[in-house]
Amino acid sequence: MALIEFSEKGLYCPAGDFYIDPWRGVDRAIITHAHSDHARMGSKYYLCHHLTKPLLQLRLGNHLFEGIGWGETVSMNGVRVSLHPAGHIIGSSQVRIEYRGEVWVISGDYKTENDGLSGAFEPVACHSFLTESTFGLPIYRWKPQPQLFHDIQQWVVGNQAAGKTSVLVAYSLGKAQRVLQAVAHVTDNIFVHGAVWNVHQTLEQAGIALPAVKRVMPDMPKETFRGSVVIAPPSAEDSPWMKRFPDHSLGVCSGWMQVRGNARRKNVDAGFALSDHADWPGLLNAIKATGAQRVFVTHGFQAALSRYLNEQGLEAHEVKTEFGNDEGEEPDTVNESA
Amino acid sequence: MKRFAELVNLLGASTKTNEKLDALSHYFATADEQDKLWVIAIFSGRRPRRTVNSTLLQTWCAELVQLPAWLFEESYHTVGDLGETIALLLPDPEIVTAGNSLSYYIRQLMELGQAEESQKKEFIVNSWLEMTTEERFVFNKLITGGFRIGVSQKLMVNALARTVHTEPSVIAHRISGNWDPASISFSELLNQEGDFIDHSKPYPFYLAYALDDAPQSLGAPEDWQAEWKWDGIRGQIIKRDAQLFVWSRGEELMTEKFPEYAILAELLPDGIVLDGEIIPSNGATPLPFALLQTRIGRKNISKKQLSEVPISFFAYDILEQDGIDIRTEPLEQRRARLEKLMADLSAAFDQSRRNPLQLSQTIAFSDWNELAAIRSNARDTGAEGLMLKRKSSAYQVGRKTGDWWKWKIDPLTIDAVMVYAQKGHGRRSNLYTDYTFAVKDGDKLVTFTKAYSGLTDKEFAQVDDFVKKNSLEKFGPVRTVKPELVFEIAFEGIAASNRHKSGVALRFPRISRWRTDKKPDEINTLEDLKKLLEVYGK
Repeated sequence: MALIEFSEKGLYCPAGDFYIDPWRGVDRAIITHAHSDHARMGSKYYLCHHLTKPLLQLRLGNHLFEGIGWGETVSMNGVRVSLHPAGHIIGSSQVRIEYRGEVWVISGDYKTENDGLSGAFEPVACHSFLTESTFGLPIYRWKPQPQLFHDIQQWVVGNQAAGKTSVLVAYSLGKAQRVLQAVAHVTDNIFVHGAVWNVHQTLEQAGIALPAVKRVMPDMPKETFRGSVVIAPPSAEDSPWMKRFPDHSLGVCSGWMQVRGNARRKNVDAGFALSDHADWPGLLNAIKATGAQRVFVTHGFQAALSRYLNEQGLEAHEVKTEFGNDEGEEPDTVNESA
Repeated sequence: MKRFAELVNLLGASTKTNEKLDALSHYFATADEQDKLWVIAIFSGRRPRRTVNSTLLQTWCAELVQLPAWLFEESYHTVGDLGETIALLLPDPEIVTAGNSLSYYIRQLMELGQAEESQKKEFIVNSWLEMTTEERFVFNKLITGGFRIGVSQKLMVNALARTVHTEPSVIAHRISGNWDPASISFSELLNQEGDFIDHSKPYPFYLAYALDDAPQSLGAPEDWQAEWKWDGIRGQIIKRDAQLFVWSRGEELMTEKFPEYAILAELLPDGIVLDGEIIPSNGATPLPFALLQTRIGRKNISKKQLSEVPISFFAYDILEQDGIDIRTEPLEQRRARLEKLMADLSAAFDQSRRNPLQLSQTIAFSDWNELAAIRSNARDTGAEGLMLKRKSSAYQVGRKTGDWWKWKIDPLTIDAVMVYAQKGHGRRSNLYTDYTFAVKDGDKLVTFTKAYSGLTDKEFAQVDDFVKKNSLEKFGPVRTVKPELVFEIAFEGIAASNRHKSGVALRFPRISRWRTDKKPDEINTLEDLKKLLEVYGK
C-alpha cells in the first residue's frame, strides 16, 4: 500500500486515515494554506498551521480546527505528520509525512523567495516529493522582490504626480499584504476593498503587524480617492465597483503578467509579474534540495516539468488534481463582495 | 535601442490612444534622427529585409540556455511570440552597456545578409548578452518582423503631424511610397526639402466603414453612387515619368507581380493615379479570390498561370490627372474624368491584345429598396456586396466615417463542431483560441476550416476552460478535444480545394456565434458544404 494515494477526494494517506487539501468533505483533513482551492468546506476535522486557523475561520466559519507550529510533530494512527514553511502566503505549509521510515513531502503552493511575511521556504528531505508547477516553464523567472517593489512604487509615484488613483489588483489573501508592504513606503493614503479588509483585520488580530489601511465604503465621495492607492481583488476588476475611482490607472500583480499578451488581454495599464508561486529556477532548486528520488508534479505545467525532470534523471510523474485548473489559474478567493 | 524598447513597451502596455500619441510625439521630438526614420519605416511596414531566419534564432537560444528543443517549443506555444519567448528565456545580461542605437543594430543586421552563419551567430548572441529583456524583445522583433503592438499607421501619422506641425493627410502622403530610411533625412522625408522626388508615391487610401444601419439612414438615394464591392486586393496604379507602379493597400509595391499590367506603361498618359481592385477576371467577369491567392507570393509566374488566372484592374476612382492631385474634387467630377479616360483608352486600344484595365461599373437605382434587391444578388456577379459613395465626397485619407460605406451581403453560414484547439498569439497567449471545425460525413467527422475570431473574451475564456478539461490527445501544440461544442461558422465564399480533406476552402471564415442550443449530432454535413460549393463556388 502506498503511503499517499491519489483518490477522488484528493491526496489520501490510508495508514493515517487523513487527506491533504481534500476537495470533498472528509473526516480528517490537513490543510496546507487558506486559499479556497486548497481549503474546502465540509470536513469534520482540520489540521493546519496556527496562522492558517483564523483565516480558515474567516472563510469557512466555525469548525473543528487545530493549529500547530512549524516543525511540531503530531501522530495520526502512528503516522508522523509535521508542517514546514512553504513561503506562499501567511501560514502556508508543506506537509511532511513519515511512516515506517518512508518520508513524503506535499509542497502545497510554495515560493522560494522570502517575501518577509509568509516565512522562508524550507527544503525538507524526503523520498517522495509532491510539487506544484503553476509556473513550471523556463519563461517564468521572477525579478527579485526589491526590484518589483521598486517598479510598483515608481508607478504609484508617477500616478500621484499625474493626479491619478493607483488601483492595484492582488489576491486578497497573500498578494494584497505583499503589495501593501511595497506601497506603504511611498504613501500612507491606502484604501482596500472589503475582501482585503476582512483578511487584514483577521491577520492583525492574529498578531501580524501590517501598515494601516482604510476600507472603501459605499458612501465615500469619489474625490476621497484621488491620488490614493487602492488594493482590490481580481473579482473587482471588471465590476461596477471600480467606477468610484474617477481617474485611475490599473495595475495587476500576478505571475501571468510575465507574458505581454496576458497583460494586453486584460487591458491593464501596468502588469507586475509578482507571484506567490515558485518560478522555474525556484521549482528546480526546491525539488533538488529535497533529495527526493521520486517527484509527483501537479497543479500547473505538470506535463512539461515532469518530462524535464525525467530527462534529468529523476523519476517524475504527472498527477491530476482539482487545485485551480489544468494550467494553473490562481484561484479567486471566496466572498470578495464589497 | 533602450529608448526604442521603452517606446514599444509603452505603446504595447497603454490602453489609451492619447497616451500612445503622447509617447510617440515625445519620441519623435527627442530621439536620434536616424532612429526616428527607422521607427517610421518599421511602423509603416517597411522593415529591413530578413537576414537571419527564426529557426536559427531558436536554435542559438536553446543552445545558450541549454534547454531541450521540446521545452523551447512548449514555452513558445505558451508565450505565443517567438521574439518574446527568446527574450524571456535568455539569462540576465552579463553587462548592460550604455547601449547601441536602433539604427546601429539595423545597419549591422542588414550587413549580415552576406555573412557566414557563424558570423551571424556571433553577432546575435553577443547582442543578446548585452541587452535587457525589453531590448531583446524589440531586437528579436526587428529580426523576425511584425511589430503588432497596437500602433496604427494613423496614430503614427498623427504623432508626426503634431511633431512637425503639418496636416496629418500631408504626412500620410509623404511617408507613403518607396523611400529608404538609410538614404533620406527626417526633414527631407517630412518637409520634402532638397531635390528628392519619388515618382512612385501613392496616395493614402480612403477606406470605408461597414454600413450597419439601414441605407435609408443615408438620406436621399440620388446623392449616392453605388458600385459593386469586389473581392480582390485594393490597389493604386500610378503612371508618372513614363514609369508604371502598382501599390497594394498594404503599401506593398507589387508592380512586378502582375506582368499583365506592363502594357499600361505604354497606354496610360503620364501623371495618372487610379484607385481600384486587383482581381482576376475574364473580361468584365471577376474570378474567385481563391485563384488570386494562387498567384500572390509566387516569385515567378508561369505562362499557365498567366493564361488561367489573368489579372485585371477594376478602376473606380482617379486621384491624379496630368500630374495634378484632384482628390478634393467631388466624386461626381472624378467619376466623369475616369469614364472619359477609360473610353479614350479603349478607343485607342489594339484589340488583339488583352486590356487589363476595366471600368468598375456604377449601379443605377432610384430607391433604397431597389438597391437592396440588387445587393442580394451580389454573389452572382462575383461581388461581396455594394459600395455606397456620396457623390459630393472628396477622396479622404484613411478610414473616415460619413461619405463612403461598404454594404456587404450576409455571409454564408454552416454549423460545425470544434475538434482541435491550439493556443493563440499576442493578447491571446496561453489561451486556446485557435480552433479547427468539422462537419458530419455519415458517422465520421471531417475537418473543413479553422477560425480564430468571432467570440468575446468571455466566451474564449469559457471555451479555453472546456479545452483544458476535455482534451483527448496532444499533438505538439494541438489538442484534440471532445467533439461537443457547436458553432456557427460564417464565411464570404467557398471554392474547391485539393489541399483540404473536405475538398473545400472557405474565404474569411470566422465564428458567428456559439450554438449552445445545438448538439453535435445536429450540425451540418459534408453534403451541405458540397451543395454550397455547387451554388457559390463557380
